[in-house]
Amino acid sequence: MELHRLTIHQARALLEKSEISATELTRAVLDRIDAVDARVKAYLTLVAERALDQARDADARWAEYRRAGKGGETPPLLGIPMAIKDEICTRGVRTTAGSKILNNFVPPYDATVMEKLNAAGAILIGKTNQDEFAMGSSTENSRYFVTRNPWDLERVPGGSSGGSAAALAADETLFALGTDTGGSVRQPAALTNTVGLRPTYGRVSRYGIIAFASSLDQVGPMTKDVRDAATILRVIAGHDPREATSVNLPVPDFVGAVGAFNKTPPQDKTPLQNMRVGVPREYFAAGLQPGVERAVRDAIRVLESLGATAQEVTLPHTDYALPTYYLLAPAEASANLARYDGVKYGYRHAESNEMWEVMRATRGDGFGAEVKRRIMLGAYALSAGYYDAYYLKAQKVRTLIKQDFDRAFDAERVDVIVGPTSPSVAFKIGERVDDPLQMYLADVFTLSQALAGIPAISIPCGFDQGLPVGLQIIARAFDEERMLRVAFAYEQATEWHTRKASL
Amino acid sequence: MTLTRVQVQHIAELAKLKLSDDEVDRMTQQLSAILDHAARLQELDTDDIPPTASVVPLQNVMRDDQVVSSLPREQVLANAPDRSEDGAFFRVKAILKE
Repeated sequence: MELHRLTIHQARALLEKSEISATELTRAVLDRIDAVDARVKAYLTLVAERALDQARDADARWAEYRRAGKGGETPPLLGIPMAIKDEICTRGVRTTAGSKILNNFVPPYDATVMEKLNAAGAILIGKTNQDEFAMGSSTENSRYFVTRNPWDLERVPGGSSGGSAAALAADETLFALGTDTGGSVRQPAALTNTVGLRPTYGRVSRYGIIAFASSLDQVGPMTKDVRDAATILRVIAGHDPREATSVNLPVPDFVGAVGAFNKTPPQDKTPLQNMRVGVPREYFAAGLQPGVERAVRDAIRVLESLGATAQEVTLPHTDYALPTYYLLAPAEASANLARYDGVKYGYRHAESNEMWEVMRATRGDGFGAEVKRRIMLGAYALSAGYYDAYYLKAQKVRTLIKQDFDRAFDAERVDVIVGPTSPSVAFKIGERVDDPLQMYLADVFTLSQALAGIPAISIPCGFDQGLPVGLQIIARAFDEERMLRVAFAYEQATEWHTRKASL
Repeated sequence: MTLTRVQVQHIAELAKLKLSDDEVDRMTQQLSAILDHAARLQELDTDDIPPTASVVPLQNVMRDDQVVSSLPREQVLANAPDRSEDGAFFRVKAILKE
């Protein structure tokens, strides 16, 4: 058995039956990394020794629970290996956000999501590569190296959580976390045939996530199937008194919602009976690759065959999401990234004796081209004389974009909205690096949900030219359960998610 | 060009970013292209539309004013590029001129 290929729920079942140990599982993942990561380059930092120590502890704990006859009551992720995007603070483990300005930063504390995953028993394998400060759609903006798509090593894995997506697609971990500010979990999932979930804004604490655009940033699970995504969301969600925008709502049983606890699922041929699926006209516009459109239209037919009713809806401000996002996110970034001054942590340019000159040189050197571009754009949009025309205008259009979704969900009474995650399959490395606007178009279908603060998931739905296509399923705020139910029903009816890249 | 080189240099100073001449050239061209694209927002009439700063319907999140421990000083300063000899302070370059 190739243990590194397991999903979380498969591994858990084997651990419960004592058929495998956490140490064997961890070793299998580390061996897989040894075998393929020189080509994929998903990881920035590996903590192999520490992982094996943790695995031994996990095995001891499994043994204790079993002796007490309580093997089923162990923490949900006890002994399960994980990969964490380098945007997320891990106590004692270097965290760079893909930037040179943090190249020696070792966080003194864990992000809340890490505390929760650690308490659930998961084992940290390493930190994954990403676009610097999560700004990018290809992971080419990492200041360290370019991560490759396991489906075609000449192509990008998407971004900004491209390292997490590539690690999953290459079976170099059982699950991963990414962050999604404008599509950074969903778009790389689509490009690598994996599952990526952006929760409702406020559902998961941002405490300890290196801030990019605070009104948009969310942490999300990246997994090999929908059931695993529900499992991880259940672990990381919940109110956090340390994070003022974290919402105090009960965390639903997401796993139960997908029916995963039914050991013998009823042979229900139409699990989506009474489910109304909205198909936005604007998501099938010019710029969508024909092969991607074909796969997504086929997926909608599958949903109909499962009992769902599909109807066209309109989200008229879709076209304005891109300019809105590229004013608001940089504006927030320019404020958030002001903290990198070469004083408290990180890199300092040492060849000057004047404070302001040190600061200018530290930031000029420490940040890469895209980060500087966005800081500049944001500073301009916020500057005297331009604030109303750019920043305030974009905030108003954000309201219109949110109202589009409210109208579809409330007036047209659809339960979920579906469409493509990305307008194209994975593009070639280097193809878009010199044209920022071209690169920004990779996120054209994932920006508006982030602006509206609503949840969305990308799941595998087919291939075009041998490369994966993702189906995006979007729900109302705090209605992840319905979104997961639709995603799970589709996944059960298809086998796309079981296809693996050959490496 | 929506932006001039002089404007780009001014913004770089506001953002405390040292840019090379090449970078100023590239930035002038690229930021102008992005801002031209963003000008499309002006097509929309938003006179009666309230701005959205946050999608979360939360206001004035309060907590009890309790004394809790914070990180030890040693850990807080551990990542600093420069510290005083006794490890008690961040050290910066001279701020005041002689």
